Amino acid sequence: MQVKNEWKPTIVAFCCNWCSYAGADLSGTNRLQYPAEVKIIRIPCSCRLNPMFILRAFQRGADGVILCGCHPGDCHYTTGNYYARRRMTLLFSMLEFLGIERERTRVEWVSAAEGAKFAATMNDFVQTITALGENKKLEDLRCKE
Amino acid sequence: MQGVKEKALELLRSGKVDRVLGWKEGEFFYDLTPAVFESEAAAEKDFCYSLFSGANLSKYLISESKKEGKIAVFLKPCDSFSFVQLQKEHRIKRENIYAVGVQCDGMCDAEALREAGCDWLTGVEDGEILTVHTLYGDKAVEKEKALLGKCRSCKSRRIVDYDELIGAQGEDISSHRFDQVAQLEAMTPEERFAFWRGELSRCIRCNACRNVCPACSCEKCVFDNPASGAQNKAIANSFEENLFHIIRAFHVASRCTDCGECSRVCPQKIPLHLLNRKFIKDINELYGPYQAGADLDSKPPLMDFSIQDPEPSIIYSRGGSGK
Repeated sequence: MQVKNEWKPTIVAFCCNWCSYAGADLSGTNRLQYPAEVKIIRIPCSCRLNPMFILRAFQRGADGVILCGCHPGDCHYTTGNYYARRRMTLLFSMLEFLGIERERTRVEWVSAAEGAKFAATMNDFVQTITALGENKKLEDLRCKE
Repeated sequence: MQGVKEKALELLRSGKVDRVLGWKEGEFFYDLTPAVFESEAAAEKDFCYSLFSGANLSKYLISESKKEGKIAVFLKPCDSFSFVQLQKEHRIKRENIYAVGVQCDGMCDAEALREAGCDWLTGVEDGEILTVHTLYGDKAVEKEKALLGKCRSCKSRRIVDYDELIGAQGEDISSHRFDQVAQLEAMTPEERFAFWRGELSRCIRCNACRNVCPACSCEKCVFDNPASGAQNKAIANSFEENLFHIIRAFHVASRCTDCGECSRVCPQKIPLHLLNRKFIKDINELYGPYQAGADLDSKPPLMDFSIQDPEPSIIYSRGGSGK
């Protein structure tokens, strides 16, 4: 038997409960494939995502972090994703300012009806991160096993 | 420098206030440290206002203004922005405070004087050219060269809120405080990463920047969590303090008045204010000009939104950032 030892990235996807998590479900029920490297963490709303979660994920070995939420205007809590949008804009800009690769973080709006978009987004993101290679700049050896 | 100590003594003598928050000398005449004076005699003995009164007193009001009685505080223009921001966040009791605004021409830094060739300081006389007394005789140094980093890029000489003024009211200054941020933005990502790793790897995690920051005043702080795994300094790799510094700056984003205290107190001379300024610059560019602490009513940009806000991907397409 042949064992492949190629490197696989670890991707953390924070998905809002109301849209994107349901979108991921839909892509599953539609039998759409997306890579197993994507680890989904369900959050109540995209604005629940504390910027620290993203950095913690990177510290502990994530190679890419993506936030998926309801489309602006469609938030279950009316305005949550608008706040998240400002926060993520500023955080990503700061990461860019510190010289971190810009492709490692992403925000994508995925509704509960967009199973195909969810799968396509994840395929694309995993491809990008695989091409980018391991996250060394934001890892923290103290936080790793 | 005239009249500040006299005002402190007068306020205590007349009974208008019970305590005065000011500065006193530390080990040397140039390391002034914030102090509370409860009697005229104590203030007479120790109160000191000089070219080295750079410390921002407003954060001390969080605990001091909740005590019994009235307290007087001296606020330079930059401090008054923090003072208003703290009022806005309901962190201080304004009714217990008698604020004396003090106009300021910039404060000096003993380190900068040393760099200008003056060691073993024994005294400094104010003026456009400072007369610096040292054990090796007197020296003349341009004041511009002796200023604290935060004073070199002073943003305003307006005292936002006060009960009484010493000196004249000033105006906002169009300073070049974002120039250095823009310079960094123009570098390539690799250069920026090398720059910040060089700066932040010197961090010793003393938490002075957090403790001094008037905007950073939670009673319980995420960084005190012993389970975080990142509480202490480690030499595991060379950039492991990035989380602390990004989050420290993020937690005060849109509330930071750019008072510059973080960089002033840093024992490792890390230019921490650049992180805060990056957020301020981004906010100004993306969501409209905003100055924290300039008024009591406006909403901080991160506690607000607009339907027309740009998508996060805009930061990669707009000009300025290195490719």
